[in-house]
Amino acid sequence: MRNFIIKRIIMSIGILFCVTLIIYTLIRCLPSSYVESMAMQLSSAPGAKSYDEWLAQLNASYGLDQPILVGYVGWLGDFFQGKFGDSWKWTMPVMDKFRSVIGLSFVMGAISLVLQLIIAIPLGIIAATKQYSKADYAITAGALVGISLPTFFFATLLKLAFAVKLGWFDTHGLVGRNYAQLDAMGQLLDKAHHLVLPIATLTIISIGSLMRYTRTNMLEVLNADYIRTARAKGLSERKVIYHHAFRNTLIPLVTIVGGSLPGLFSGALITETLFSIPGIGFTSYQSMIVGDIPFTMFYLTFIAILILTGNLISDILYAVVDPRVRLA
Amino acid sequence: MAKKHPEGYLSARESRRISKENRRITAQFEKKRKRKKVPESEYLTQMHDSANAVEFDNLHTYFFTDAGTVKSVDGVTFDVPLGKTVGVVGESGCGKSVTSLSLMQLLQRPQGQVVEGEIRLNLGDGKAYDIAKTPNETMQSLRGNFISMIFQEPMTSLNPVFRIGDQLDEVIELHDGEGKSKEDIKRRTIELLEMVGIANSEGVYSMYPHELSGGMRQRVVIAMALACNPKIIIADEPTTALDVTIQAQVLDLLRGLKDKINSSIMFITHDLGVIAEMADYVVVMYAGRVVEKGTAQDIFTNPAHPYTIGLMASKPVVGKQVDKLYSIPGKVPNPVNMPNYCYFKDRCEMQCADCAGQYPKEVSISDTHKVSCYRYYEKNRKGGEA
Repeated sequence: MRNFIIKRIIMSIGILFCVTLIIYTLIRCLPSSYVESMAMQLSSAPGAKSYDEWLAQLNASYGLDQPILVGYVGWLGDFFQGKFGDSWKWTMPVMDKFRSVIGLSFVMGAISLVLQLIIAIPLGIIAATKQYSKADYAITAGALVGISLPTFFFATLLKLAFAVKLGWFDTHGLVGRNYAQLDAMGQLLDKAHHLVLPIATLTIISIGSLMRYTRTNMLEVLNADYIRTARAKGLSERKVIYHHAFRNTLIPLVTIVGGSLPGLFSGALITETLFSIPGIGFTSYQSMIVGDIPFTMFYLTFIAILILTGNLISDILYAVVDPRVRLA
Repeated sequence: MAKKHPEGYLSARESRRISKENRRITAQFEKKRKRKKVPESEYLTQMHDSANAVEFDNLHTYFFTDAGTVKSVDGVTFDVPLGKTVGVVGESGCGKSVTSLSLMQLLQRPQGQVVEGEIRLNLGDGKAYDIAKTPNETMQSLRGNFISMIFQEPMTSLNPVFRIGDQLDEVIELHDGEGKSKEDIKRRTIELLEMVGIANSEGVYSMYPHELSGGMRQRVVIAMALACNPKIIIADEPTTALDVTIQAQVLDLLRGLKDKINSSIMFITHDLGVIAEMADYVVVMYAGRVVEKGTAQDIFTNPAHPYTIGLMASKPVVGKQVDKLYSIPGKVPNPVNMPNYCYFKDRCEMQCADCAGQYPKEVSISDTHKVSCYRYYEKNRKGGEA
């Protein structure tokens, strides 16, 4: 098992090199250059140097006059020393900005994941045990709707219904107008109130696939021979489903959920942006559109690491839940 | 409208109508079966002969599929006497397993339903239940305890995520666990594992199914079936998935156990050699009906039904050289549209004039030997049989 994990980690590092190289190249080729817009702004000031002079000076000071490969190696060197640099847009160290926004994204992700699990798994099991019943059709149809709706569309629908028509929530932002006058408890409640719609969006969008996954797996397990054996033992239907079948359904489920755990830190770019929630997703979106290379590089590398860790966790969890894949 | 299409074709509308109808029918059956606190009198019955452990009486088990109703078991009648072994033979899909699953009430629900007939289960002391009417609740206390089953596929019939010991303990705890400590139960499990010939019983106790070979797993399944000293054991092709040497070992084991435990065994197989070794009585099934039944002696020395004769002829014999092994011509009729004459007529090589008539009734050849064939009707007997 240890050899397996070491091998997987080494492989992941190799993948990470390739991923960061590709990201760096792409960012450097991006049409929206931070330096260009900066030079434009500076040169338009009265009595300033020309645009070209400013551009050359800024390129030199931001290290963009070097070829891409050299720039990448330089970035890599800094990265390994833990120097992530200063964000150009936020004019503060990347790590400081990251620390100030990641908490919110994590809280949102965690609440939505817990809600997903609580709702999707029982519904999936009900749908499977009552296959072809009205409940099954309702659940499956609901799941399909959840899967099919794009985030931006669904979020907009929610806003229209609950913010515009009913007026229960604000359309965007994390805090209300009178946030500063509230006491600590009031401030917390105000934030929670503003997070209802984003979390609802996140949950409903991803509930469908998890539910369908549970249902399919449960159906497969319920048709297995060992379930018939369990029934032949005289076990109650409850015990058959929630002990014998569920333990087997859990195998693929745990790996999926375990693999998605690192994703809690990645934030939800689209949802956060739509609701203007200052989490890591929205922050990096703002950084990307102005061409803030240090922050974007940091965020994308971070995501890559999270995904690779997620895959590793799934593989390890597989061995934990399924005795058949336990490696010597 | 349907005439334009080949046989078996269903238009979308027909198919929808069938599934709607099916759902209505099966929902009724399910509702009846799921009731709680059913008075015992509703399913209490009398054995016709108290020397029998189980009596199948005119059993009809249908599957309501989207392609139409499949009459898997269509009027099956036979008895399993106390302490005897009854072999049920027939080719694949003739309803052997469905008959046994009806007895266990383990049919694929909600499609599969016992629609007619009785299965009388002798509980001793003159008490008997009609399994066809017994609600789920009561069934659960009988399964694994009073009736148990050895399944066909040892490779898949054990739960892969639980240890062997846990799976065996579970049955004992469920039915026999009263007043027993964990250690008592474990001791009983180990004893069972030894009884079925597993040498390293302590080790196997804490192993997972995937760590055992097919033969070992089948032994575990057998141990599981024997755990609560059932009165009736159904062995559903227990040797089919095993190779020949292991097959012989498992058969030896079952034969040895038969003498030890004195239970009735319903032995399902399509291997006539196995039946000859194991069974006291033989029931031959074809297309959901019993075509011939009698003692093993009757069937093997004096097979009467053309189908039985065909089966015997298609069995390879050691020491006899043949160019080509005999096989019964044709195939089993489509289970959705069964003909209204003898189901075997189209494949039969010994037809007589009467065979075009309706399905033949059961005729007694001797006290124990019964067959459903026109050739043995009184009027045909003089000329038909030499």
